[in-house]
Amino acid sequence: MIPELGHLALILALGLATAQAWFGLVGAQRRDGVWLAVVRPAAVAQALFVLGAFAALAYSFLTCDFSVAYVAENSNVALPWPYRITAVWGAHEGSLLLWVTVLALWTLAVARFSRHLPQEFAGRVLGVMGLVTLGFCLFMLTTSDPFMRLLPAAEQGRDLNPILQDPAMAIHPPMLYMGYVGFSVAFAFAVAALLGGRMDPVWARWSRPWTLTAWLFLTFGITLGSWWSYYELGWGGWWFWDPVENASFMPWLVGTALVHSLAVTEKRGAFKNWTALLAIAAFSLSLLGTFLVRSGVLISVHSFASDPRRGIFILSMIGVFVGAALTLYAWRAPTLARGGGFEPFSRETLLLLNNIFLVVAASSVLLGTLYPLFMDAFGLGQLSVGPPYFDAVFVPVMLPFLILLGIGPYVRWKHGDPAATARTLRIAGIAALLAGVVSLILMHGEGALMLGAGALLAVWIGGSAFIEPLAYLRRRRQGRHTTLSRATLGMCVAHLGAAALVLGISVTSLLGIEQDRVMRPGETASVAGYDFSFEGVHPEAGPNYEARQGIFRVSRRGRAVAEMRPEKRAFTTTETTEAAIEPGLFRDFYIALGNPLDQGAWSVRIQYKPLVRFIWLGGLLMMLGGILAASDRRYRARETAAATEYA
Amino acid sequence: MKKLAQYTPFILPGLVLLFLIGLFARGLFLDPSKVESPLIGKPSPAFSLPELKQPDKRLDQSLFQGHVTLLNVWGAWCVACHEEHPVLVELAARKLLPIYGLDYHDDPQAALTMLEKDGDPYTAVLFDASGDVAIDWGVYGAPESFLVDKHGVIRDKYIGPITPEIIETRLIPMLQQLQAEP
Repeated sequence: MIPELGHLALILALGLATAQAWFGLVGAQRRDGVWLAVVRPAAVAQALFVLGAFAALAYSFLTCDFSVAYVAENSNVALPWPYRITAVWGAHEGSLLLWVTVLALWTLAVARFSRHLPQEFAGRVLGVMGLVTLGFCLFMLTTSDPFMRLLPAAEQGRDLNPILQDPAMAIHPPMLYMGYVGFSVAFAFAVAALLGGRMDPVWARWSRPWTLTAWLFLTFGITLGSWWSYYELGWGGWWFWDPVENASFMPWLVGTALVHSLAVTEKRGAFKNWTALLAIAAFSLSLLGTFLVRSGVLISVHSFASDPRRGIFILSMIGVFVGAALTLYAWRAPTLARGGGFEPFSRETLLLLNNIFLVVAASSVLLGTLYPLFMDAFGLGQLSVGPPYFDAVFVPVMLPFLILLGIGPYVRWKHGDPAATARTLRIAGIAALLAGVVSLILMHGEGALMLGAGALLAVWIGGSAFIEPLAYLRRRRQGRHTTLSRATLGMCVAHLGAAALVLGISVTSLLGIEQDRVMRPGETASVAGYDFSFEGVHPEAGPNYEARQGIFRVSRRGRAVAEMRPEKRAFTTTETTEAAIEPGLFRDFYIALGNPLDQGAWSVRIQYKPLVRFIWLGGLLMMLGGILAASDRRYRARETAAATEYA
Repeated sequence: MKKLAQYTPFILPGLVLLFLIGLFARGLFLDPSKVESPLIGKPSPAFSLPELKQPDKRLDQSLFQGHVTLLNVWGAWCVACHEEHPVLVELAARKLLPIYGLDYHDDPQAALTMLEKDGDPYTAVLFDASGDVAIDWGVYGAPESFLVDKHGVIRDKYIGPITPEIIETRLIPMLQQLQAEP
């Protein structure tokens, strides 16, 4: 009964989304206040029905209703209950439902916080979101119904993919989807502005907090994914440039460009066309990410064999949404007035360069991700593009980008003063040069240049991020009346995150040590100034495996630091390697057991990974910066002003 | 001409989109079943598994020696396997070749019940509780079937349920060819 109700709720949501889109878009065109008044209630009702459908599927999972085919395929009575909930998005049908559910949440938020917008504009925004909901509901109901019954019911479920039975992996998809789907709001704002023919600083100000919020969720989702692959996939890697990762990274790069270009549009009224195009591109890449991951065009050639309709449907949907938006863009954008002019040395120029570098980076990732498909489609053979390509194209684009990142915040709008900028940045610049030179001297030989560049950039960006907050504190100490807006603080924190990220990446990849060696019980290996003494291997019984557990005592100059227990787990047929990770803010140790050799000796891999945590710390700082900037008073002030207006 | 140049920046994104959509559409119609399993032409992965009906008996890859064999990967939980099952029962009745089952991630009781109720086409069923052997065989999802030659080398792979059409047009011709080999 419950699954049927869920199915019904989806159908009703589909109908309501149609009403939401129709009354929103057509109502705005006809300037019909009565039609427009219907949009918000329709959107709220639509969203509630979608949430109801999600709850129905979650209920079927919780109660192990194996008469629902999707539940039978992705759950099991032995599955602990938290994973029964996360199993809802464990496969295709459920992830689509999650997609629409997240869209429903965004719709509710937009419906709630759009009261201060002009009625026509709000109608168009909700109308576009209604169209997106309509597309996805139709997709689900026609090709991927999660409520399909299985008759006769299965006696036992197939179980959730074990890889997904992990806390980080369980919340990774919702976070990522919050980001992906959040860009649909930026998209809706851009399309609404193009439709209304009014693209102005006010439009940019309205859409900025939404875009920032989507961006910060995406940042968090990607950070979580990277952390998970580090501790779960093994061998100490934190980014693999595989298509699934790239699918989330491309919208992030374009979204980052969008966040910056919106600033120019809001403050100076310039880059309007470009900002609109970026908003369309960010959402298109999110749809593309969904398509790539869900269709299996790139990853597993198998998932689609059963039902090619899914791929065709989602591809047509991308074609319709993005095609319509770009047509509208080609029609309307040339008529829009240009914004204020600016000189070659100005913040506008630097932000334009920021955008160009980010878009070039996103394009090179797109090219690398699609190249194998391209070759295959034209019958040129099957191949895969790996990290060497991405490292080779990505790093050179990022170097100038990161140098400019330190300068940008201290250049004035319209016409900058190079001398003043140089004065502000001189201490950061000297510190950065010192850091670079010292790293060059300390580490000679291979990689020294890259490490020098990494240290220089990290200190440069980090130093630059501190200037404004420090200046604010100094002014306050002098008793002057002064402010530091959350937007500015958020920018500084996010830039500091970028510095941490750069430092973590360069130090881990260039100073990390990896040693494979043969060790006998009682022997000690010395890696990076730490002593790893091997105590031996003893058997240890697990719930469904027999493990051989090694014990290593880690010490530094005789002082104990940690005890690590890597395992080899023998299941009935195969053996898995469970590495031991000893985390620390400044370094991780990573030990994996290889094979047993004669006389109790083992081959052992010991890794020392300095500053690897800075990579995820950087991601978290960027997210925090996004939170600060999105909560800036100037966005909230409009809300309260609007609320009093309505009261 | 000047006008065209002026509008190019606005039309270009649309053209890029058209190109990408064309590429993806082409990608969708590349037949995934034609992508060969990397295991084809390779000897069967090593394994040692209990037999479903006689758990104290263990079987290993030597069972492929001397005759062409079909290894069918299935599970009682697998919806498509129930669909495929009668076709396998019918194939077994023709006694063209021995069919071995690889039952993975399964409840042995549910598997035995299914064989009892719907018929048992298998000469023997390897029981892979953890699913590790299925991973060694590169199984994406059940059902999948492998045709293994007299020397234990994997020669063909069928993704998805085996249908009477696949049996007539692909399996039997391949079987005759393999049986003729020394």
